[in-house]
Amino acid sequence: MPIFGTALLALCTVLGVALGEILGAVLHVKANVGGVGLAMLLLLAARQALARRGWLRPGLRLGIEFWAFLYIPIVVAMAAQQNVRAALSGGPMVLIAGLGAVTLCFALVALLGRLMKERADD
Amino acid sequence: MTEIWTRIASDQALILGFVAVGAIMGAAQLLSRGLTRGRIHGSAIAILGALALAWLGGELTGGKKGLADVPGLAGLTLLGGAMLRDFAIVATAFEVDTAEARKAGWAGVIALALGTLVPFVLGVGVAWGFGYRDAVSLTTLGAGTVTYIVGPVTGAALGASSPVIALSIATGVFKAVLVMTATPFVARFIGLDNPRSAMLFGGLMGTVSGVSGGLAATDERLVPYGALTATFHTGIGCLVCPSVLFLAVRALM
Repeated sequence: MPIFGTALLALCTVLGVALGEILGAVLHVKANVGGVGLAMLLLLAARQALARRGWLRPGLRLGIEFWAFLYIPIVVAMAAQQNVRAALSGGPMVLIAGLGAVTLCFALVALLGRLMKERADD
Repeated sequence: MTEIWTRIASDQALILGFVAVGAIMGAAQLLSRGLTRGRIHGSAIAILGALALAWLGGELTGGKKGLADVPGLAGLTLLGGAMLRDFAIVATAFEVDTAEARKAGWAGVIALALGTLVPFVLGVGVAWGFGYRDAVSLTTLGAGTVTYIVGPVTGAALGASSPVIALSIATGVFKAVLVMTATPFVARFIGLDNPRSAMLFGGLMGTVSGVSGGLAATDERLVPYGALTATFHTGIGCLVCPSVLFLAVRALM
């Protein structure tokens, strides 16, 4: 049944976010540390456990995959509610810092990606 | 008539949000096929269009929530809010190839470290260039260049002034918007076409909204890999900016 998939996804999300909050409190940080990443790891662990028992039925998968398909529309909704006006009106300092950081990090993606490829080829 | 509309606008907010997003994505799909013959991804056009509409919404209403401030479209805040966004990101992990993710593990850690340090140093440098000289403002503005959450969290922890905190948020939001819009266009040049480079990308760019939007517009199969590392970025930034990096900036002053 799809609801079991959605419920499992919800359980993993809530547990992961809670772990992220606890990690933040332990580290004295006013933010969630990796909650979504931890939730993703929990869901992957759950997938393996279910697959081993043969419980990974199409119905259950549908309850999770439906939300994965809704991901892009959700991102579009997220983009539609950004404060774009404020981001563009922050003046030259905001523009220079933002552009500089993004350009440098794009270059680092290319550089590290190439280094990793060379290591893998060795 | 107006009474019925106001009631529907408030009672059916989320449902109207689905209609609005469906319309944006439908129009984007048509533009992608008609104008670019599918060369620019429909989702990339949809995200760009949504950002343009968010700007228009801000201009029309003077509000802070883009298109969601337009009457009848308030449901976008729920549909595109952090709760459903994180829920859907976790769902994408279901298709992750665990062997690939493990292979890029160590590189993800390096990417996270560089992704915090490089924007921070750059942000501090630019703020210095604009005449800021006190360690608290410099650290807050540097932190804003990491992500728009790290900036205000750091500023609040250090007691920065409110205009400085506002600037740090603006820098972070601009960075997120820039990552969302530029990624599909530069993806080919930086080799962003496999799970491993997506994990590097997530760790370096950090901003979850920027990374998830940028990867969605490039190739949706890469989203979970980028999100996996990006999600640790804000937490690490909030950890090191008000502590180690602040002490380093103060020592240099």
